[in-house]
Amino acid sequence: MRILVAMSGGVDSSVVAALLVEQGHEVVGATLQLYDHGAATQKKGACCAGQDIHDARRVAEGLGIPHYVLDRESRFRAAVIDDFAATYARGETPIPCIRCNQTVKFQDLVELARDLGCEALATGHYARRVEGAEGAELHRAADPVRDQSYFLFATTRDQLDFCRFPLGDMPDKAVVRAVAERLGLAVAAKPDSQDICFVPEGSYDRLVARLRPETAEPGEIVDLSGQVLGQHQGIGRYTVGQGRGLGLGGGAGERLFVSAIDSTRRRIVVAPRAALAQTEAVAGEVNWLVDPPVSPRPVQVKLRGREAPRGARVAWDAAAQVMRVTLDEPNIVAAGQACVVYDGDQVLGGGFLRAVNIDRSGAAA
Amino acid sequence: MTLYLDANATEPLRPEARAAVLAALDLAGNPSSVHAAGRAARRVLEAARDQVAARFGAGAGEVVFTSGGTEANALAIRALAAGRRVLAGATEHPAVLAAAPGATLLPVLSDGTLDLDALEAMLAGPPALVCLMAANNETGVIHPLAEAAALCRAQGALLHVDAVQAAGRGAVSLAALGADSLAISGHKLGGPKGAGAVLLRPGLELAPLIAGGGQERGRRGGTEALPAIAGLGAAAAAADPAQAARLAALRDAIEAGCLAQGARVAGQAAPRLPNTSNLILPGAAAETQVIALDLAGVQVSAGAACSSGKVGRSHVLAAMGQAEGGIRVSLPWNAPDDAPERFLAAWSAMQNRLSRRAAGGAN
Repeated sequence: MRILVAMSGGVDSSVVAALLVEQGHEVVGATLQLYDHGAATQKKGACCAGQDIHDARRVAEGLGIPHYVLDRESRFRAAVIDDFAATYARGETPIPCIRCNQTVKFQDLVELARDLGCEALATGHYARRVEGAEGAELHRAADPVRDQSYFLFATTRDQLDFCRFPLGDMPDKAVVRAVAERLGLAVAAKPDSQDICFVPEGSYDRLVARLRPETAEPGEIVDLSGQVLGQHQGIGRYTVGQGRGLGLGGGAGERLFVSAIDSTRRRIVVAPRAALAQTEAVAGEVNWLVDPPVSPRPVQVKLRGREAPRGARVAWDAAAQVMRVTLDEPNIVAAGQACVVYDGDQVLGGGFLRAVNIDRSGAAA
Repeated sequence: MTLYLDANATEPLRPEARAAVLAALDLAGNPSSVHAAGRAARRVLEAARDQVAARFGAGAGEVVFTSGGTEANALAIRALAAGRRVLAGATEHPAVLAAAPGATLLPVLSDGTLDLDALEAMLAGPPALVCLMAANNETGVIHPLAEAAALCRAQGALLHVDAVQAAGRGAVSLAALGADSLAISGHKLGGPKGAGAVLLRPGLELAPLIAGGGQERGRRGGTEALPAIAGLGAAAAAADPAQAARLAALRDAIEAGCLAQGARVAGQAAPRLPNTSNLILPGAAAETQVIALDLAGVQVSAGAACSSGKVGRSHVLAAMGQAEGGIRVSLPWNAPDDAPERFLAAWSAMQNRLSRRAAGGAN
């Protein structure tokens, strides 16, 4: 069948394209141009397309498949980068990879694939799509180290039905590289991509400050009782749970962590680690990949990308369109991050965590 | 079998040009050398110069060979702009706009043709260099150059014409236009890539961009790319504007079929090149259409593609007040007679799928 493959220029999606070609499918490669690489790296003379786009094109040429570069700069800017900065400005912690998957990747590429008469969209994500009795299901990848199911929760059931994740069953990355080697792909030894793609130097706070200057305005660091402990240089530099960069000096006291960010008053609230954890969480913008539970259901949830799923109960508040989560063990809840709900390996759904502990900033609150 | 309808990006090589290139490849001499081999190479170079001069209304001494259309435009504009303000059409090619970064843009009417009233008003003032294309690369729209040239003369302005797309597809003559300089490109005529030329009004001097060894009478240094130039000369001689009627009939058949199925043609009412059509399908992204047609074996383009292959928003259609992007269908000199039915078969299939999808169907 005709399949559109989202090719990033990395080894994973290159292997996907090559495997599908090997299986005899009519493969069409597409690479998203998401931001001006030359401007992002501030290198004079750098092309608007980075090395990854050239790598993707070279792989496609090697495979003998048509390949297209899609200009999604303005869409990416609005849906991902502006949202990234706006989330910091709200005192929350953005998760741009999910926003990108949700919009530029799965929404737009599924549309394009269908416009082009393709029967599926394949990507290099590490997740498994399982054909279930009620339709396509999303499951964790066979390789727990590489599993990206957390980042795919916002894929709708219709999109999931249309998508294929051929790497989901790969036991580990070494096997993927071996396949790349066997298929003679030039990118077989290319290093994995790191960090946030549109912040190549890793200093996201400068970008956020440029887009939302208010995130770089100084303010107070207070404890839970409202007592001022110090000053900060902008809420855009902090995320809930962070323990470094507070500049409160060594001291003999207990180590302090960011407990809440009050964007209205430009306050960073700090507390000892034990005081950060909570057992209740609320998530909005919910996407269910199964029929929503009618009564509280025992599940496992992941509240951040690098964390194993932990026991919880989840209830669906249909009236408010939010999921209410009760954690078995207290955990740090960072508003803006995704709360993804699992039943074993299967992703049931997820949402974006809402700020519920802002009122713990004491004093006037 | 693929159907190539992207002549405005590059024309297929003409057999006359191919033969000239092959013959020139075997000439060992450098046209600047004094010996017999050098003289043999020089003969080929000057024959090509004569062919270009004859076809485009210049004297042989006023033809300066370059590496292509971009360099030809840059060479002429940089030299003629000295001491003058520059006025450039809003729909000019990036090669022209980049050569005159400080240029004031001359607006076009909604059909894509130059707004002559605006030109007249903007000519008042210090001496100007006016840069206008003979025909637009994206829409094929032809500017009223004779009128523009008369206005320029009356105001003492110089006129540079980018004739890269018009050359070979319609009557183009530096002398008849009354322009001061004219740029052409070999591969848009059916020659090989890598050669172009500036044609100059007699008596006009041209400071070189590249001085080098004094070639081209000191106006463009560097050993001449003889095979490409020989191919350019042969293509100029072979490009027969009499072909225009055949291409126009094919183009009109394509447009009639698309118009009947909901498409619009950008600049439809304006005088246009016989081979070019810019088709706007409301609600459909040009990028999607180009990919869909390519997968069906039909090769067209959308807007102006950058070197990475990404499709940007067309500044040409924007200047014409068109919000949506179009696909450019440009018939090559050797377009087959069944091009309209083959194009329309692919286009209709695409249009049907897109309209079914827009109506809510999944596939």
